[in-house]
Amino acid sequence: MYTQSMDLPQGPAAEPRGGPRDATDLEADARFEARIAADRKVEAQDWMPDAYRRTLVRQISQHAHSEVVGMLPEGNWVTRAPSLKRKAILLAKIQDEGGHGLYLYSAAETLGTSRDQMVGALHSGKAKYSSIFNYPTLTWADMGAVGWLVDGAAIMNQIPLCRCSYGPYARAMIRICKEESFHQRQGFDIMLSLARGTPAQKAMAQDALNRWWWPVVMMFGPSDAESIHSAQTMKWGIKRISNDDLRQKFIDATVPQAELLGLTIPDPDLKWNAERGHYEHGTIDWTEFWNVVNGNGPCNRERLAARVRAHEKGTWVREAAMAHAAKERARAERVAA
Amino acid sequence: MSNQELPLWEVFVRSKQGLDHKHCGSLHAADAQMALRMARDVYTRRMEGVSIWVVPSVAITASVPEDKDIDFDPMADKIYRHPTFYELPEEVKHM
Repeated sequence: MYTQSMDLPQGPAAEPRGGPRDATDLEADARFEARIAADRKVEAQDWMPDAYRRTLVRQISQHAHSEVVGMLPEGNWVTRAPSLKRKAILLAKIQDEGGHGLYLYSAAETLGTSRDQMVGALHSGKAKYSSIFNYPTLTWADMGAVGWLVDGAAIMNQIPLCRCSYGPYARAMIRICKEESFHQRQGFDIMLSLARGTPAQKAMAQDALNRWWWPVVMMFGPSDAESIHSAQTMKWGIKRISNDDLRQKFIDATVPQAELLGLTIPDPDLKWNAERGHYEHGTIDWTEFWNVVNGNGPCNRERLAARVRAHEKGTWVREAAMAHAAKERARAERVAA
Repeated sequence: MSNQELPLWEVFVRSKQGLDHKHCGSLHAADAQMALRMARDVYTRRMEGVSIWVVPSVAITASVPEDKDIDFDPMADKIYRHPTFYELPEEVKHM
């Protein structure tokens, strides 16, 4: 899974660029810029401008939150999967999403933020996560559409992040990308079974595509012209390909797959432009996008409430684990004495 | 105690018998046993490893980035440490 939120403001909208203060800082800043220009990695202990650090913390933690919240729409179908095989696959996928969240939280923690701070920001509503997860998963076909389209879009977004200038983030992304293609394939496999099934099953697949298409196209974030952080994150080597270019790449790859499934993409303006060698798409309803980002999607409140509830219900487990560890330590010390 | 964050552990995985353990990430756990168990689930779901080490993050001492230039100087003035420094007679092909 992946978030478009890397380009969304969090907290104060304008983050002042942490400018250099004295000669030493100027020198460090120049060294940093040179390293980025030479396409070399930045590691946790290296000096970095405050704004670079803040941008990474925001982006990586939002990405982690997206992985974790992304488990919820799929969790909805674990007990209702149509077969044991599908259930086992879905469980494995959800476990992967949890793992991806953990890799990313670890990467963010190398920048000096704590797990509690990040989780706290999510639960208070301060931190964003990918708004795609604020849509409901109404039928089993949604498990197919989410895997095929949402994870497909995620892969497009995540592959360039493997080359991100911040080492710990790039390494986490490499691990995530290795696992992600299973996610997309299992989704496509669900869509294929439905599309080749009874007319009712095929209609279910079409309905899922109808509902998910536009939210997925919006996952790549606002158009380049509107994207407030894009220019700076591109310059820093955090982001490598622009929102619009990634969106184009996704649409070009997905249209033939929909044709193969015999399903229709719900965009009457979608057409091949032979001259450009790309598909052209209809107008995106950005009002809906901002509406969902700002907390008014179909499931925003439900998702956040589910996360907070899970965390609170797990308090006794964390306390018991710490009490057990303390007891074991005391026992070991007594034996040693 | 309820607001206490579980300690941080660094995870090292041996990907294959015969290779060394390599750092692969970190996680939070109450103790070493729990850290091992979680590392297994988080970092080795697809045959990524045959052995895991977990180390409390606070136990690691790292070199200081400010000393990088001194510590990791390329030693261009000591090129005699490299085998290519020595010119051998044509007759000695492999040494």
